[in-house]
Amino acid sequence: MTVMQKKDQNPVGHLMPEDVEEIGRRLDEIRHDVVESRGAEDAAYIRNVIDVQRKLELGSRAVLLASLFPPAWFVGTAGLSVAKILENMEIGHNVMHGQWDWMRDPKIHSTTWEWDNASPAEQWKHSHNELHHTYTNVIGRDNDLGYGIMRVDEDQRWYPFYVAQPLWNFVNACFFEYGIAAYDLELGKNLRSKKRRSSPDFKARGRQVLRKIRGQVLKDYVVHPVLSGPSFLSTLTATATANLVRNLWTHSVIMCGHFPEGVETFERRSIEGETRGEWYLRQMLGSANISGGKPMHIMTGNLSYQIEHHLFPDLPSNRYQEIAPKVRELFDDYGLTYTTGPLPKQVASAWSKVVRLSLPNGFTERLLERLTGAVTDGPAGRLRLVQSHT
Amino acid sequence: MSNLVERNGRTAGLRRRLGRSVWAVAEAMAAPRDPGDYVDMFHPLRRGADLRARVVEVTPEAGDAVTVVLRPGGSWTGHVPGQYVRVGLDVDGVRRWRSYSLTSPPSAPGGTISITAKPVADGLVSAHLAQELRVGDLVHLGQACGDFVLPDPPPGKALFVTGGSGITPVMGMLRSGIDSLQDVVLVHSEGAADDVIFGAELRALAGDGRIRLVERHTDRTGRLAVEELRSLVPDLAEREVWACGPSGLLDVLEDHWAAAGLSDCLHTERFRTTLAAPGEGGTVRFTTSGTSVDSDGATPILDAGEAAGVLMPSGCRMGICFSCVLPLREGSVRDLRTGEVTTASPGDGVLVQTCVSAAAGTCDIDH
Repeated sequence: MTVMQKKDQNPVGHLMPEDVEEIGRRLDEIRHDVVESRGAEDAAYIRNVIDVQRKLELGSRAVLLASLFPPAWFVGTAGLSVAKILENMEIGHNVMHGQWDWMRDPKIHSTTWEWDNASPAEQWKHSHNELHHTYTNVIGRDNDLGYGIMRVDEDQRWYPFYVAQPLWNFVNACFFEYGIAAYDLELGKNLRSKKRRSSPDFKARGRQVLRKIRGQVLKDYVVHPVLSGPSFLSTLTATATANLVRNLWTHSVIMCGHFPEGVETFERRSIEGETRGEWYLRQMLGSANISGGKPMHIMTGNLSYQIEHHLFPDLPSNRYQEIAPKVRELFDDYGLTYTTGPLPKQVASAWSKVVRLSLPNGFTERLLERLTGAVTDGPAGRLRLVQSHT
Repeated sequence: MSNLVERNGRTAGLRRRLGRSVWAVAEAMAAPRDPGDYVDMFHPLRRGADLRARVVEVTPEAGDAVTVVLRPGGSWTGHVPGQYVRVGLDVDGVRRWRSYSLTSPPSAPGGTISITAKPVADGLVSAHLAQELRVGDLVHLGQACGDFVLPDPPPGKALFVTGGSGITPVMGMLRSGIDSLQDVVLVHSEGAADDVIFGAELRALAGDGRIRLVERHTDRTGRLAVEELRSLVPDLAEREVWACGPSGLLDVLEDHWAAAGLSDCLHTERFRTTLAAPGEGGTVRFTTSGTSVDSDGATPILDAGEAAGVLMPSGCRMGICFSCVLPLREGSVRDLRTGEVTTASPGDGVLVQTCVSAAAGTCDIDH
C-alpha cells in the first residue's frame, strides 16, 4: 500500500471537513454510551476471565508435574498455552490500556499490572499506548509499522537488509515476547551509537528488562521443571512449547491488526494539527478486524475488533462486539472500507505483504515483465533487457 | 527446662525460615504475579491477604438503617468501641470506600463485627449496603480507626449527645462498656420515636436503670438547644461528653464548651467533612512536591502542574494512554471530555487522568 495522501484515488477524498467532524461526533456518542453503561456486569466479566485464566494456569502447571506421561504433557501444554494467551491478550494488554481502571480496583489497574511477558509493563505501555496508539500507521512515527525490522509499506525505504525479512518475521514470531522487549527498549537504535548505549536512562531500562526476563526464565525453565522432579525435561519442553504457541498466536493476531491489504498508512506531515475527527478517521482506516466467533474474540483479547479498539483503546474489551455494528454503519454511511476477514486470510495477506515488500517496489513486476517479455517477444525482448542495462 | 525453651525457640526460628523459603519459591513460581493472588482465589480471608470480610447477616433497623454483620479476615487487628471502619464495596462495578461506625462489642461471638449505616440522600453506597448486599458476599475492609472512644478507666459521669445515625458509635460503646460505666446520660435526637435506631434496646437499658435516656423527637420539638441541654442535664459541667450527629449540633456544642473553657471534656465525631463544592476551576495542590497552583476549569491538571514546574508524568495528552494517571486524595476534578465530576473523600486515592481532568474546586493530587 501507499500512504493515503499519495494515492491516485484518495479513499477519503469524497469527505468534506464537516463530514469528518460529524464522524467524530457520532463516535464520541458511541463512546459516551458505553462509558455511561459500564457496570457490575463488565466488572464480573473481567474478574471471571482472570479467575478462569488463573485456575487454568494452576491446573495446567499441576498436570505438567507428571509431564513424563505424554497425555499429561499434551493436556498441560495445551492448557498452559491457552492460559498464557489469555493472560497476555484479553487480560494484560487490555488492563494495561486502562480499560478497567474505572473499577478503581488496585489489583486490576493499568498502573499496577505486570504481565507474563518479557517486556516490563512500564516500557510496553510507553511504546504501545503512547507511541503506537497516538501515531497509528504514520510512516516515520509509528514504529509498529514493521517493528523496525521490516518494510510493510511501499513508502518505507528499501534497504538490502529487507531481502531476508520473511525470515526476520518468522524468527520474530517464534520469540515474539523478546522481540517486543527489544522493540520497547528501541534496542536497534540505542545500540547503534556509543552515546545512546551509555546513556543512564537506556542502561536503567536495559537492567529493568533483564530483571524481568530473569524472573520469567527462572519461573518457566527452572522452578517449575525442577519441581516436576523426574519430569524435569518434559516440563521444560512443555513450557517452552506453551511460550512458542503464545508467541506465534499473538504475533499472528498483531500482524492482522495493521498489515493486511486494505489498511491505509499516512504521511508524517498529514497529522500536523489533526482534529479529533481526523484522528478518529485515521484509526478507522489504519486498522483491520478479524471475523470469527466468541472463542476467537476472547483468544485475540478482542483485538479481532482492532478497529473498535483503536477508536476507543480504553473501553472495556468485552464491549467492542456490541458497538461494532454501529461503527460499521458509520463506515457504510460515509463510503469507507471496513477491513475485515477470517484469521487465515488476514494472516496470509499480511505475510504476502512481508514477502512482496522484501524486494524494492515494482521489482517483481519488472522482473516478470522482462522474463515474459524475453520469452514471448523473442529478440525484441532481449533487446529491451540490454537497453535497460545501459 | 531452659533447654526445652531453647529448643522451642530454635524450632520456631527454623519454621519461620522454612516458611520464608517456601514463599520465595512460590514467588518464583508465580512471577510476575504475587503468589497471594492465586491463594486469594481459594482463601480470601487468610491472614496476610488484603483485609476483606464475609457478610454474615444483613438486618434492617428502624429509620431505614441497616446493620451488617461481618466476619473479617485473619488480618483484622480488632477495634475499640466507638471507632469506625472503612468498607470498600463494588457498586455498579466501581470500588467505593465509605466509613461506618462499628456497633458491635470487640468480643462479639464468632469473631464477627457489625456496622450500622443509615442511607443518605443520593447515598450510592449506603443504598447498596441496604439493598444489594447479600449474605456470603465479600467486602473490602480497612482496619478500625478513630479516637472517638472511651478512656480506660471510663469516667465516673458520662454524657452522650447524639442525633440520628450519630447513635451508632455510642451504641458500640454502650454495648461493650455499660458494665464499667456508672452514671450515663444519653440525650438522643431523632425525627420521630419510631425512627430511633436501636430504639428498643436503648429503652430497655433505660428501663433497667442502666442509663438515663432522654429522647427528643425533633419533628415536634425542633432542634436541641444548649440551654435546653443544660436544663435536661443539670450537672452538665461535671460530665465528660461524647457527641455525634449533624454538623449544626456539633458546632453549637463545640462553641459552648469552648466558651466554658471545657473543650477537653467534649469529644465529637463528624461523619462528613465539608467538601469543596465543585465549581469553575480551583486550587490544585500537589501534596508530595508541595506546590499549589490556581487553575481555571478548562486547564488540564497536567498542564497546570507543568506550568508550575512540577515534574508530571505524561503521555499522549489526549486521554488514551493513561501514563499521566495520579491519585486524587481529596476534592473534585472535572473530566474535560464529559464534564463529569469526580470527587474524592479524605483517604481516597481515586486515580485520575491528569491530561483530561481539570480542577473543579480545591483538589489534592498525590504527586
